[in-house]
Amino acid sequence: MRYLFLLYGPDGPLPAPGSPEGQQMISEWRAATDAMARAGVLIDCAPLQPPSAATTVQVRGGETLLTDGPAAEIKEQFGGYTLVDCADLDEALRWAATVPTAFSGSVEVRPVVQIPDSAGEVPG
Amino acid sequence: MFRAHWWAAVATVARLVGDLEVAEDAVQDACAAALTQWPAAGIPGQPRAWLISVARHKATDRLRRERRRPGKETSAALEVTAPGPEDWVSRADDELGLIFACCHPALDPAVRVPLTLRSVCGLGTAEIAATFLVPEPTMAQRLVRAKRKIRQAGIALRVPSPSELPDRLGGVLRVVYLVFTAGHKPASGEAVVRGDLCEQAIRLARALTTLLPGEPEVTGLLALLLLTDARRGARVSDAGDLVLLADQDRARWDQAKITEGAARLGQALRAQRPGAYQIQAAIAGCHCTAASAADTDWPEIAALYGELLRYEPTPVVAANRAAAVAMAEGPAAGLALLDGIGTDRRLARWPQLHIARGELLCRLGRRRDAARAYQTALDLAPAAPEREFIGRRIRELAG
Repeated sequence: MRYLFLLYGPDGPLPAPGSPEGQQMISEWRAATDAMARAGVLIDCAPLQPPSAATTVQVRGGETLLTDGPAAEIKEQFGGYTLVDCADLDEALRWAATVPTAFSGSVEVRPVVQIPDSAGEVPG
Repeated sequence: MFRAHWWAAVATVARLVGDLEVAEDAVQDACAAALTQWPAAGIPGQPRAWLISVARHKATDRLRRERRRPGKETSAALEVTAPGPEDWVSRADDELGLIFACCHPALDPAVRVPLTLRSVCGLGTAEIAATFLVPEPTMAQRLVRAKRKIRQAGIALRVPSPSELPDRLGGVLRVVYLVFTAGHKPASGEAVVRGDLCEQAIRLARALTTLLPGEPEVTGLLALLLLTDARRGARVSDAGDLVLLADQDRARWDQAKITEGAARLGQALRAQRPGAYQIQAAIAGCHCTAASAADTDWPEIAALYGELLRYEPTPVVAANRAAAVAMAEGPAAGLALLDGIGTDRRLARWPQLHIARGELLCRLGRRRDAARAYQTALDLAPAAPEREFIGRRIRELAG
């Protein structure tokens, strides 16, 4: 069985990069994810850009409707996820509009933060 | 001086460093550097290339500094490569890519006009905040948030593919039109006309016709703006009041703009791909080419509004059509159409509908009903110039 952990953190800015609190946060995350990786249970993990960077896609009557920001309708519930790798937002939005949920509910397109590996290279 | 180069400079530096926010700050700094250096050293032979090269260095320095900070969030902006000689030249595609990004449908519709005024036109944040009647820090924050979204969400600074172009172009033209409307008819505040914003919109539309010569709606929009702006000098009286089209001194209309607007419209129509902007330009053209208010070809204008309804089936267009029908066929015919529209609850709160009703009721001799219609319009808190106008009408009817 696969499980997606939805990580809900407190609202507000993260500790400043390079500050002692920021370094502590990074080492705590490394410890937790390294342990999962060593145990062979980790498939993928990444932080997301903030909700303000989200775009919500709905398809109604053959028209694709875009809204700046997260999906806010409370009666819809988070029911799955799809991770894609695209050249830019336009390509991601085109694919999002093909997901069945876009026709019945909403698809929130949230960019994943790209983290450089130890050599400083940004993947993708 | 700098405004002429701003769009190209921001667009080129944004392409080179991959970040709009950094590019814009860098061009701003380059303009400040020019202000101190050019008076002494003289204006460089190629001021635009000078600004781009200085801004690019500033942007690259900043990105290098940020990269050295450990744990700093990374972005595509870090892939700064050494430019080849041709990279220094600004390209038409850069400028188009920038305006398409500023008008992207994934951005909040309310931020697209301010963002275009800032990033493309180079207006200051304080000036834009004043236009939209919000405090400067609020506007500054909105602009930063929009630019951050462009970077974080991966909105590309590029011209959409041919299959996307029709939809996306509509969004860009809408923003240019709204820039013009913000100048031509400020929503609130005391100014009757903001000529600077009208000029900015015409500049944008003109640049777009050069960049996209094969799109008749782009040319149609330029024609519409020219034919509307031609009447600017006559729209406000010496006392600062709004003057109705019928009462305007036509000698004060800008003939050069009318001639150019009519030529642009003819050029757009020859493509035989009509659209809402071309039709509105044709309506504006009918007004501009009439020797006097009485000579206006109202049947033609009523027919054009009927055509426009097919593209924009909105109550506002329907109301304008009713007003034209009243001129062509008599006030009773127009009033019947207006009363039909007034049942739309949203439009019933539009002051112009009640002003139009008041005018027709006056012409039918129903003075008391007319006064009531004007009072309703006044209760809906219209902009200051319209408030003045309605007040004058109510006083005339009472007297």
